[in-house]
Amino acid sequence: MDKNIDGEARRGSILSAILNMAGPWGNDNGSGGEGGNGNGGGPRNPWGNPPGGSPGGGRKGASSLEELFKRGSGGGFKGGMPKRPGGRSWWPLMAIGFIVLWVLLTSIHRVSPQERGVVTFLGSYSRTMEPGLHFSLPTPLEQVTKLDIEDIRTIDIPEGETEKLILTGDQNIVDLAYSVRWNIKAPELFLFQIAEPEETIKEVAEAAMRASVANFTLDDTIGSERTEIEQQVERNMQQLLDGYGAGVVIRGIAIKKADPPAAVNDAFKEVSAAQQTAQTYLNEARAYAQQLTAQAQGESAAFDKVYEEYRLAPTVTRQRMYYETMERVLSKVDKTVVEANGVTPYLALPELKKRALQPPITTVEGK
Amino acid sequence: MIGRIMQNPVALGVIIIAALFTLLNTLIIVPETRQGVVVRFGEPVRIINRYQNDVPFGQTGAGLLMKFPFIEQVVWIDKRIRDVEMEQQQVLSTDQLRLQVDAFARFRITDPLRMYIAAGSEERVSEELRPILGSALRNELGKRPFAALLSPERGQVMDNIQAGLNRVARQYGAEIVDVRIKRADLPDGTPLDSAYQRMRTARDQEARTIRAQGAKQAQIIRAEADASAARTYAESFGKDPGFYDFYRAMKSYETTFQGGGPDDPQSSFILSPDNEYLRQFRGR
Repeated sequence: MDKNIDGEARRGSILSAILNMAGPWGNDNGSGGEGGNGNGGGPRNPWGNPPGGSPGGGRKGASSLEELFKRGSGGGFKGGMPKRPGGRSWWPLMAIGFIVLWVLLTSIHRVSPQERGVVTFLGSYSRTMEPGLHFSLPTPLEQVTKLDIEDIRTIDIPEGETEKLILTGDQNIVDLAYSVRWNIKAPELFLFQIAEPEETIKEVAEAAMRASVANFTLDDTIGSERTEIEQQVERNMQQLLDGYGAGVVIRGIAIKKADPPAAVNDAFKEVSAAQQTAQTYLNEARAYAQQLTAQAQGESAAFDKVYEEYRLAPTVTRQRMYYETMERVLSKVDKTVVEANGVTPYLALPELKKRALQPPITTVEGK
Repeated sequence: MIGRIMQNPVALGVIIIAALFTLLNTLIIVPETRQGVVVRFGEPVRIINRYQNDVPFGQTGAGLLMKFPFIEQVVWIDKRIRDVEMEQQQVLSTDQLRLQVDAFARFRITDPLRMYIAAGSEERVSEELRPILGSALRNELGKRPFAALLSPERGQVMDNIQAGLNRVARQYGAEIVDVRIKRADLPDGTPLDSAYQRMRTARDQEARTIRAQGAKQAQIIRAEADASAARTYAESFGKDPGFYDFYRAMKSYETTFQGGGPDDPQSSFILSPDNEYLRQFRGR
């Protein structure tokens, strides 16, 4: 019964320690020390080893959770293995519980619709789990690696904002940025076939892109043939990766940028500026042409109208036009009529100059 | 004896641990991604899970195997495809142009035993292959003009390089799966600058051509307009040249002598009485 008393005492000490919130290590006041004192062993740490006591609790049927907790914290850890053979220790039960939990956790697998589970039995590939609930042997025997095969991954080349210069077929240089989209086709191949799948895809992409661009001119690469290049690269990559047995599908190549290198960009801008200029020339010329044609048509139409009238009465029309014109012209200008032939007219040039500065004065000189 | 041991937990523990240790040292779990050489006292005795072409996963030698504990060790060797990353090589073409080439090779250990003896580890194989890949590349590409280097896939070049590399790789128990040129760039400095200069001048030429073409087209359009205007005039005025002369003169006088306005000094007319306009004025 010694054990029982000891157990009670420890229990009391822990409870009071918790209830009083006094430091369990404290020994000068509070009931925390009382339980310990009751045991006659002096103040002590309730987490420590009870003096001379076995940690293996002998309490039958006391399997409440609280009890378990007490055992665990009350010195069971320090006690290590149960000392008595056949003793009712909690350890075997806990071990069994742990194993059961382990088996449950590692042998039931929920494979999501986008996933596949690759099962290896002692290292050897055994099967691939389709989506749904599946069972396997627990972990050391069978291991399940789940891979997302629907997830389309993207590799950007180059990473960041650096220039990626590639030589084109006409020995020019183009600055390319593109991305590769891929996903896993055969999970077991993806896992077992290639040491660094992502790195491999990236390098294959670079090689395929360089090879394709080398077959096109700079203008094609920048402009019209982008789609063709993308398709070529995709085809080549798929072929190469299938050759490796990589177990991936290339979903697409997207060329995000195909520009001349920054060093020569100004010269390329100059070309588009020249195109604008040329267009301006053409527009101006067309405007001129429109204007001139309209003018010609207008003038000739006017002449035609007048001519039709003139033809009906040539003399009168001619004279009428003459007088009307003269009237319009001469009514607004200075006029000097010099009568006799012998008179030398004085042309007042200084006067004219002055008049140029002053408001005009109309002088009528008659005879 | 057993009873005494059972009573002594320390001894029991030691025995259990020793047994477990021995068991773990006896059993080997061979994954699909590895092959191994079993070495007894430094001497290779057998190969496990050796790579074989066209054997699907699941039917390979992977799985649980046994070996003698302690006296046999397993040297693990990667069974997957690995890569040889090469440093950039400068290649001189037959027309004396330089190209900076960056390539990679993919290989797989197919003969683990040979590899273990010749190289020791996959990394060593990779390191041994690296300079050979470089020189194979230089040799093979150096036989060709620059233009052919841009797309070496078109010809035999890559096959030759791969064959050359494979000869060496086989000595290390490896097999070259693929050789690819990842990048082929002009070296920095003069070659790159002169390429840029060439691109610039080419664009300059293009720009000038476009401008000149535009100017030419514009001129043609103007000339055509002039011609068509002249034709319109001729068709109309040609009906009576005499009247046209009169009509146009009237218009012209009106425009020419229409003075007035701040910066247009008025014209002065000195008329002779014999002037046609003053015919009636004289009363004759």
